[in-house]
Amino acid sequence: MSRIIKLEVNGRVVEDLVPDNLLLVDYLRERLALTGTKMGCDGGECGACTVLIDGVARLSCITLAVAADGCAVETIEGQAPGGRLSPLQRAFHEHLGTQCGFCTPGMIMAAESLLRANPDPSEAEIREALGGNLCRCTGYVKIIRSVRAAAEAMA
Amino acid sequence: MKDHSTIGRPAPLVDGIEKVTGRARYTADLADRDTLTARILRSPVAHGRIARLDTSRAEALPGVLAVVTGADCDVPYGVIPIAQNEFPLARDKVRYRGEPVAAVAAVDAGTAEAALALIALEIEPLPAHATAAEARAPDATLLHDDKPGNIEREVHHEFGSAEAGFAEADLIREETFSCAEVHHAMMEPNATLAEYDPERARLTLHSCTQVPFYVHLAVARCLQMDTSRIRVVKPFVGGGFGHRTETLNFEIIAALLARKAGGKVLLRLSREETFLTHRGRPQTDVRLKIGMKRDGTLTAVEAEVVMAGGAYAGYGLVTILYAGALIHGLYAIENVKYDGYRVYTNTPPCGAMRGHGTVDMRHAFECMLDRMARELGLDPFALRRANLLEAPTFTANGLMVNSYGLPEALDRVEAASGWAERRGKLPRGRGLGMACSHYVSGAAKPVHWTGEPHAVVQMRLEFDGAVTVLTGASDIGQGSSTIVALAAAEVLGIDMGRVRVVANDSEVTPKDNGSYSSRVTFMVGNAAIEAARALREKLILAAAEKLEADPADVVCEGESFFIPGAAQSELPWQEVVYAALAREGTLTEKGTFRTPEKAQGGKHRGGAVGSTMGFSYGAQVVEVSVDEATGQITVEQVWSALDVGYAINPLAVEGQIEGSVWMGMAQAMSEETAWRDGLHAHANLLDYRFPTIAESPPVEVHIVESIDPLGPFGAKEAGEGALSGFPPALVNAVADALGIDVNFLPVTPDRLLEAVIKWRRAQKRAGGAA
Repeated sequence: MSRIIKLEVNGRVVEDLVPDNLLLVDYLRERLALTGTKMGCDGGECGACTVLIDGVARLSCITLAVAADGCAVETIEGQAPGGRLSPLQRAFHEHLGTQCGFCTPGMIMAAESLLRANPDPSEAEIREALGGNLCRCTGYVKIIRSVRAAAEAMA
Repeated sequence: MKDHSTIGRPAPLVDGIEKVTGRARYTADLADRDTLTARILRSPVAHGRIARLDTSRAEALPGVLAVVTGADCDVPYGVIPIAQNEFPLARDKVRYRGEPVAAVAAVDAGTAEAALALIALEIEPLPAHATAAEARAPDATLLHDDKPGNIEREVHHEFGSAEAGFAEADLIREETFSCAEVHHAMMEPNATLAEYDPERARLTLHSCTQVPFYVHLAVARCLQMDTSRIRVVKPFVGGGFGHRTETLNFEIIAALLARKAGGKVLLRLSREETFLTHRGRPQTDVRLKIGMKRDGTLTAVEAEVVMAGGAYAGYGLVTILYAGALIHGLYAIENVKYDGYRVYTNTPPCGAMRGHGTVDMRHAFECMLDRMARELGLDPFALRRANLLEAPTFTANGLMVNSYGLPEALDRVEAASGWAERRGKLPRGRGLGMACSHYVSGAAKPVHWTGEPHAVVQMRLEFDGAVTVLTGASDIGQGSSTIVALAAAEVLGIDMGRVRVVANDSEVTPKDNGSYSSRVTFMVGNAAIEAARALREKLILAAAEKLEADPADVVCEGESFFIPGAAQSELPWQEVVYAALAREGTLTEKGTFRTPEKAQGGKHRGGAVGSTMGFSYGAQVVEVSVDEATGQITVEQVWSALDVGYAINPLAVEGQIEGSVWMGMAQAMSEETAWRDGLHAHANLLDYRFPTIAESPPVEVHIVESIDPLGPFGAKEAGEGALSGFPPALVNAVADALGIDVNFLPVTPDRLLEAVIKWRRAQKRAGGAA
């Protein structure tokens, strides 16, 4: 079965006919060519596919596209309006919160969700908020520093 | 070295903006609507003979464009030219559960999966051996008929005389250590996009590899194509850690499918399949005997190592040689006997993983040094200091050591951790441990010995004033493109914004052996410096002509050319660019790097492995707290000092050290594969446990700069050397916290708890007897 969904993706309204079993991550990557959202696992293990749905971090690999009907979805591609980096993007770039970059979009989206709810998080709060996002390159040291730097830049 | 204009200060990655904006395209991001989807049928048994394989029903399914099996490729492949015994799709026999047997390309995933279900596969099972001990048993079934005893490679080396060394020793101890198999688990699952143009008989591959040049050669061989008809591109790659340092089966399978389908095929493996491709660090048993004098001076080492290497050769012989070779190079040891056994087992093939071959051996060694120090009443730092090398020197097995920052690394972490005041004085359950480590900066002999330079770089001057660096060096996140850009900007005295790096497209860039054995900064960095110097010479000639001056008097700095002291004679960069292009027409310079003969190791068989131009040297202190009721270890803090020669980009060096310390921690505390009847029981990112951000400690990095005489600007490797220090530092810290020595990795809570219970019983018995 397919269904028509209408949602906002990075500020643009889209309307699409999608199968009931289409995952949001596949909808974003294959239908909308928003390949910044990554698949690092076989479902719900790594956090690389994290997007914001109505401002809250969600795993797009275990969310159906139809479940996003009527919602506002934000992906990494929507984070640099006018080509200017968001505070988190700039901090991850300048403080090397990214190495191979594969976990980075999900990591930044999870951190974005955190900073919107809590603009000045402690290190412990950062660790808790990003606990579902795996990284193999950084040992997380510079990820924590990047999130703190972004919070300070926004203060 | 403060006289550098560009290098030596923190530099964000030149491709960092792509990564933080989602614009970075990885292999699986490159598919378009025409791209076919591929799936692999894998062996359901760990060992057996293929009795029947019928793909006719799959081929007949509408929407299926190609089906390939072992019949489509009878050319074996393998990274080591003398040990090629693997086929991309099994022929006749399967040797591990999950080995590819057939593959399908279809219009979509659903059709491809339906086609797999239509393939009739019958396998007559054979006895399967998951462990080295089973595979070495006298009645074991052979995996390969030409390998008696299932031994892939035996190594027997002796340098000096272990017997004489032990005779001189005041204390001799012998222990055995067992370290679990671990896997890279880089975040990007494996993927290859293959496109075949039947009209031109040309193949284009985009693949998540660390070694696009090796992929190019292997695919040409397996498809029996001329290399000139193949183009290999490495897009952004989501990590590697050694998994991708050899051509992998899925890359060849994707190429076979694309050729058969006459189109474009994306083969993206699931996370489970990525685990099954394996190539990680083998399960390793180390029996180690060490002799030392009362003052801690080492007199003899005897080691026996057994590795369960998986079903095919891969890098196996290199791994077993590394474990012996890098006993040397860290301390002064003259008498070393090494026996290594690489064993075939019915599990996915092992391969190279960060700290290739050295980690488990170093673990055993550093644990034993601590225990023997304890017996002799010596401080662990003092024991290490009693065995320092003096550079320049050659080790007993012929390894060249030109620079040696270990003494400073020891001093730095000893002071930073408050070792002298705190060690042994913390409350029960809290402890400090230390260990040292080292790693090569590139293997001095390449895998493919063709006589070519190890590294080449082209640097092209553009009419617009830009400099394009063409390199085959594979940036997999470690920052190699940034290093070559920094080298160009530094030597030419120009802004980084003028430098463009074009990397890893065989149609455009020169070949490079790849990103492994921490070779890129050292080799490609040196080649980039040479290319930039050659370009600078040409620019200076042009400037001198315009200035009517002697080229020897012209200085190139700060985007201008001038003669010091002559105020009126200064030419801006762009003017000299025009002048140089007017002279030359077009200007592309090259730089090369060849390894010096004396760096190429001993003359004994296998002597090339371990040989390098320079070693990084690390010392590490780990502070833990241990919950005796649960066996749970918490790492509170790590202090890690690494002699990297010179930090061209200190930001990336820190990142590499933090990441490798963390990866050592993950191996030490939780990572392990698990096999149940040949089935990988940990083939996902939940059961294959590694620390999340919540469990990852602060790491204080200390960069030590010994300025290596051969390194680019004095630099050596930075990405591997710190890893192998962590596991022994952790185990030594647990010993400090609880007084309990453990000889296994990983030190999971259940295993540690068992050790605690055993220790308590022993204490009780000892108390009762007294």
